[in-house]
Amino acid sequence: MKQVFLKIKENQLIAKNTMRMVLTGDISPAPQPGQFVNIKTDGFYLRRPISVCDADGETLTIIYKIVGGGTEKMSKLARGETLDVLTGLGNGYDTSVSGDRALLIGGGVGVPPLYLLAKRLISEGKDVFAVLGFNTASEVFYEDEFKALGAKSVTVTTVDGSRGVKGFVTDALPCGCTYFYTCGPEPMLRAVYKALETDGQFSFEERMGCGFGACMGCTCRTVTGYKRICTDGPVLKKEEIVSWKD
Amino acid sequence: MEGLKKEPKTGLKEEPKNAAGEKSRLACGTCVTLCGEPLSNPVIPASGTFGYGAEFAKLYDINILGTFSFKGTTREPRYGNETPRIAECASGMLNAVGLQNPGVDKVISEEIPRMGKFFSKKVMANVSGFSLDDYVYTCERLDAVEKVGWLEVNVSCPNVHGGGMSFGTSAEPAAKVTSAVKKVCRKPVIIKLSPNVTDIVSIAKACEAAGADGVSLINTLMGMRIDISKRRPLLANKTGGLSGPAVFPVALSMVYKVAAAVKIPVVGMGGVSCAEDVIEMMMAGAAAVEVGAANLVDPFACKTIVEKLPEVMDRYGIKNLSDIIGVSNNG
Ligand SMILES: Cc1cc2nc3c(=O)[nH]c(=O)nc-3n(C[C@H](O)[C@H](O)[C@H](O)COP(=O)(O)OP(=O)(O)OC[C@H]3O[C@@H](n4cnc5c(N)ncnc54)[C@H](O)[C@@H]3O)c2cc1C
Ligand SMILES: Cc1cc2nc3c(=O)[nH]c(=O)nc-3n(C[C@H](O)[C@H](O)[C@H](O)COP(=O)(O)O)c2cc1C
Ligand code: FES
Repeated sequence: MKQVFLKIKENQLIAKNTMRMVLTGDISPAPQPGQFVNIKTDGFYLRRPISVCDADGETLTIIYKIVGGGTEKMSKLARGETLDVLTGLGNGYDTSVSGDRALLIGGGVGVPPLYLLAKRLISEGKDVFAVLGFNTASEVFYEDEFKALGAKSVTVTTVDGSRGVKGFVTDALPCGCTYFYTCGPEPMLRAVYKALETDGQFSFEERMGCGFGACMGCTCRTVTGYKRICTDGPVLKKEEIVSWKD
Repeated sequence: MEGLKKEPKTGLKEEPKNAAGEKSRLACGTCVTLCGEPLSNPVIPASGTFGYGAEFAKLYDINILGTFSFKGTTREPRYGNETPRIAECASGMLNAVGLQNPGVDKVISEEIPRMGKFFSKKVMANVSGFSLDDYVYTCERLDAVEKVGWLEVNVSCPNVHGGGMSFGTSAEPAAKVTSAVKKVCRKPVIIKLSPNVTDIVSIAKACEAAGADGVSLINTLMGMRIDISKRRPLLANKTGGLSGPAVFPVALSMVYKVAAAVKIPVVGMGGVSCAEDVIEMMMAGAAAVEVGAANLVDPFACKTIVEKLPEVMDRYGIKNLSDIIGVSNNG
């Protein structure tokens, strides 16, 4: 973990209520796919945890949905302003176990961390199949970006059918994948857990006091004991999850 | 008196606060003593906001702290409450962690030895319980650990049912815990008080009369938030403990009143976030100051406070922090 002061290079609307923010400054060490940052916003006491969507040498990209006061305030910040950010939080996805054909399943603002993950998997020579689920066409983002990375397939689903496959991500899962990675709202994670036989990894959300392991605010039960979502997670392996089968 | 069982070096507490003899032992302007034990400065991260120190030791040398109070320890391991355990409010936060900890055995066999690798000072052991027996057992075990310099006995946790706070909401049970724990401990015993009471002063006095070597206050204030869209309490525990800058004036007034009423040292806390807050707490009567929620939102909060103290002391013409303890009470 590191506390850094990053400059806003871009902060713009990319879909309904969905903003992309590009930050520049000292983002070393390179963020791992699935890790998150914790952002201080003026007027709000706690920081806001947001996944890393992309990172290169000097920029870090996040995509966030405006859901409450903190993200609303973030959406108003202008290019050139500085943000107090804790970086390098969380364990991230483990790509070493993916096999050759990885299935990436994202729901809403669960999609962003899968972008950096797709980039990593493709750079490791693996085939990536992406399923990105949204409520409606106006909320869809990053379909083209996943294609541009070289994903073998990118399937969009919308609940109302206004774009791509009508339904949920689980209505459009391709077969023949060796492993899966997923991030999204918990009902979606549960549905994915039940739908897929292969092993995989899930990224979780929890309300956080600190984001770096000090407060025990984000604990969950796993097969291997109590884990803090912020430091032992946010990514948990399927076999660690206390069964969702029933 | 129970205190006489102490080793001579901790017997300093028998002297009046700020006695000349005590002052001359203080090597520096920020130095204070807590129940006779010297501290290089009065800044102490508060229990539950600093884990066992490891996360912070990765960021800075935590030996610059006076000491720190580790996560509340109970006899048996505890998962704590269901999540959500955390909520936000204007200028503060609510927590309902519910004393998650690995239990006293693991704290002694794993956490405290690990702590030795990055923290060379004595640590404050924070203890909670659900029965008198629990408190006595856990305190006795931790008292025997060399690394432990003080016991901070939490009779004020608002987030567990059937324990913790029920001992701290009236004078008699608080005094009972105090005298029972004092019987088995050689180290200074500090009783951590709840602000969720009608008369914190009478509880502090009862603890003092029962042999407490100090009191610390305040624990969190009971509060809640409601999730409007779900039409139900935001925290799984329904209520939680409020802390952060929002509680600072409340905490300050309680420290002020308690310090005026007891002779034992008072450890002040509640919403402290900067060096000026530390000085206010000390002027209200605190011999040392704990910093809680501030560590969570700014992991360098205590480091910054420790580094800023000399500068702020200078600005206000304060030579020795030990000189200002309770000055606002004199007049
Ligand atoms: C590890 C992790 C990664 C995340 N990544 C993203 C991301 O890439 N994009 C994105 O849009 N959102 C992400 N979230 C969710 C994001 O943190 C919340 O949407 C955001 O904190 C809401 O803040 P607010 O002030 O707008 O909402 P409010 O509801 O007003 O916030 C009140 C409090 O609740 C907390 N909170 C509210 N919703 C959540 C939630 N879903 N998860 C955790 N805390 C919450 C806030 O942090 C704040 O402390 C992530 C959450 C976690 C835990
Ligand atoms: C997340 C969290 C966990 C806490 N856990 C404990 C605990 O285990 N034992 C205890 O005595 N106090 C606990 N507290 C209370 C703090 O030690 C402190 O008394 C209180 O938060 C007021 O200080 P602050 O406003 O600086 O946070 C906890 C507070 C927070 C925020
Ligand atoms: S949020 Fe504090 S331990 Fe995870």
